[in-house]
Amino acid sequence: MPIKVLMPALSPTMTEGKLAKWLIKEGDTVESGDVMAEIETDKATMEVEAVDEGIVGKILVAEGSEEVAVNAVIALLLADGEDASALEDADASAPDTAKPAEAAKSPETKTEKAPKAEAAPASPPPAAAPAQTDGERIFASPLAKRLASMEGLDLGQIAGSGPHGRVVKRDIEKALSEGTGKAAASGTGATAAPATAAAVPPAGIDAAMLELLPEYESVPNTGMRKTIARRLTASARDIPHFNVSADICIDSLMSLRKQLNGRDGADYKISVNDFVIKAVALSLKRQPDCNAAYTDDAILKFKRADISMAVAVEGGLITPIIKDAGTKGLATISAEAKELAAKARDGKLQPQEYQGGTFSISNLGMFGVSSFNSIINAPQGAILSVGAGEQRAVVKDGALAIATMMTVTLAVDHRCIDGAAAAAFVQELKGILEDPLQLML
Amino acid sequence: MADTSYDVLIIGGGPGGYVTAIRAAQLGFKTCVVEKAKMGGICLNWGCIPTKALLRTAEVYHNMQHAKDYGLSAEKVSFDMKAVVERSRGVSSRLSGGVDHLMKKNKVTVVDGTAKLNGPGKVDVTKDGKAVATLTAPHIIIATGARPRALPGIEPDKKLVWTYFEAMVPDMTPKSMLVIGSGAIGIEFASFYQTMGVDVTVVEVMKQIMPVEDEEISKFARKQLEKRGLKIITEAKVTKLDKGKDSVTCTIEDTKGKTQQLTVDRVISAVGVQGNIEDIGLETTKVKTDRGCIVADEFSRTAEKGIYAIGDVAGPPMLAHKAEHEGVICIEKIKGLDGVHPMDKGKIPGCTYCQPQVASVGLTEAKAKEQGHDVRVGRFPFIGNGKAIALGEDQGMVKTVFDKKTGQLLGAHMVGAEVTELIQGFVIAMNLETTEEELMHTVFPHPTLSEMMHESVLDAYGRVIHM
Repeated sequence: MPIKVLMPALSPTMTEGKLAKWLIKEGDTVESGDVMAEIETDKATMEVEAVDEGIVGKILVAEGSEEVAVNAVIALLLADGEDASALEDADASAPDTAKPAEAAKSPETKTEKAPKAEAAPASPPPAAAPAQTDGERIFASPLAKRLASMEGLDLGQIAGSGPHGRVVKRDIEKALSEGTGKAAASGTGATAAPATAAAVPPAGIDAAMLELLPEYESVPNTGMRKTIARRLTASARDIPHFNVSADICIDSLMSLRKQLNGRDGADYKISVNDFVIKAVALSLKRQPDCNAAYTDDAILKFKRADISMAVAVEGGLITPIIKDAGTKGLATISAEAKELAAKARDGKLQPQEYQGGTFSISNLGMFGVSSFNSIINAPQGAILSVGAGEQRAVVKDGALAIATMMTVTLAVDHRCIDGAAAAAFVQELKGILEDPLQLML
Repeated sequence: MADTSYDVLIIGGGPGGYVTAIRAAQLGFKTCVVEKAKMGGICLNWGCIPTKALLRTAEVYHNMQHAKDYGLSAEKVSFDMKAVVERSRGVSSRLSGGVDHLMKKNKVTVVDGTAKLNGPGKVDVTKDGKAVATLTAPHIIIATGARPRALPGIEPDKKLVWTYFEAMVPDMTPKSMLVIGSGAIGIEFASFYQTMGVDVTVVEVMKQIMPVEDEEISKFARKQLEKRGLKIITEAKVTKLDKGKDSVTCTIEDTKGKTQQLTVDRVISAVGVQGNIEDIGLETTKVKTDRGCIVADEFSRTAEKGIYAIGDVAGPPMLAHKAEHEGVICIEKIKGLDGVHPMDKGKIPGCTYCQPQVASVGLTEAKAKEQGHDVRVGRFPFIGNGKAIALGEDQGMVKTVFDKKTGQLLGAHMVGAEVTELIQGFVIAMNLETTEEELMHTVFPHPTLSEMMHESVLDAYGRVIHM
């Protein structure tokens, strides 16, 4: 029997991906470890290595195929002594889905056990399916679905009276007569909005409005764009955000940085952001309440600080992770951050390098912005926005003075982190960054 | 009579009564049915079932007469009315026996006799004037059905003026016949006798035959029936019957007062049915009646606690399948099951088994417009369907009515061969609240008559393929 090469799962949540490129062709001999193909997910491009050796008998999924299901047979390898006739007996259907990546070694097999955050509902349900806040499928009749969308109702808010709680027409009629079940999008600020606003579907722009807009270029949404839209919409909608800010004097930090970078034979160049990463990890260790994620059943308090850093890439952004940043030295953090950022820009990040952080940092200081707010990278409980370090006039010992200041703004999920905890964290962070020698301890 | 107290007592063993009894037994109720004649009621013994047997005979006979159309030869085709009736009776008695068996299997007690309420919770049963038993039950379900209505001046006499009882078991084959009323019963008998060679005239007081059906469908059916030789007079009524020795002279008056006379061998009165509310002891309870039917709420509860009414006696539509469903809802509500909803009477299908058949569910086009719907209407003719042509049945139509705004299927109306077997597809669609989209995306098998259902939906949205 020919060996089946399966579409690998590049992450626990991956269900399909794009077969970007074949690096082999039919008739080629492959050995274990040879790179056979490149797979593209919404976040990264991955290489698929051969596990078994053999001759490529048949390529079943064409290059460039999108939405290839995980565990689908993508190619058949002829084992020693088999000829092409064996291909005809091969069943191209997917084997037991419980055994993924049997024939094709995916990077997943090398992944260390995912941090605990993976256990939390990491991604919101697909946008196509009507979703209750807890992510379960809503059963509704086609007519009920259509009526709900025409009336701007959220099916998740409507109790179904049909078989097995199915939402049927009479439930929609009841909701309409009682004025319940309004979709959140048309509900917020609806009082001030004109009456017609309710008729506009919450997702997207309606056709009539499009006609009024000037000429435009339509850029189709990439997988990454869709993921950003889906995850951040869910986060902004479902997570009660609040912000805590502080202005931090980084004069000491700047001079320490200069000293470190100026050492003879320094093969590193530590950035302010590296300091921030290290300081955040240390602050989280001291204020562990801010290193948390909310789930419906429990608050997950992480025992390690894995810091996700937002990296802008072509067409979007991605958050590679400095794992266990608290235990790493500044030089290590700096080197890792550089490597991850480069990989991110090249689309070469592996899933375990960007999935599973516990806390995010977004730094837009290089653009000169003084402060900003971020949307939480669910299921994480908090994200820190870092502004530019700039000289500002400050009052020091009762007199005006010039200091290099940097404003940080923490956005937190109020479901798992309360105001005092958030403030204590920011206070801790400020203390460390203003007295950076602590980082050396 | 060993046991006289039950959890549920049902008066009448027709389709409403016996189905309710089985469901009651399934739900764990100690159940009793009192039936004065045969289990299965009118439907099984004098209605739905035996007429289908007769109409099947008519269909086969018609096909034999047209054997040549199919490349066959059938010479001297004839029939023996006695044998035809015997077959029909045989079908009924077989099924009635089947219901008896179902009662035993479900441990439902059947009491042979006439039931009469004796106050709430109590029923006296008599047989041939003699008391049989006094039964008690906290829940009594009245399912006594209906009987032919009689118009003053044209009362059936069982000899020259028949009801469906006599028409079902004719002792002779009349040469000519007048059928009063063109509802399902009238038109089915008219179609049967006409096919069997009788010169049949139908008189209908309304503007169209089968008045509850969609106007377009009714017109189509009328044209087909007339093509087969049926005479139809609408917007007219029979005002007088002069009975001779073996014939009746009928006076027919149209809306303008113009009269004509017609002498026929037999008359069938099919002017509707009325609920059996008399002599069942309603006066000993608080049960209210209105226009010949018992007043009951959406769960069949009457004004008297513990007494319920289902089926024909509880009001229209007087159809066996409505009675069955109503009974099941009633007993499930008594049991207190979750999720019991009243029946949506707007989604009860209706079937008429004349040739061609007529079947429908939901709103007619006119009714939909009357209710304020902006509609989209789809039509597909049998002549565009391969299977229909292969069957030699190329006359018919499938019509669908959608709400323009929501895409809700409001009604479906059909005329033609086998449409009574097709309609349930649309009934399911309506009950699942599908829109045009799901119907368009449904794969209908080829080659079948059902493809016309698909095409009709497509036509409503300007996407018809085979037309």
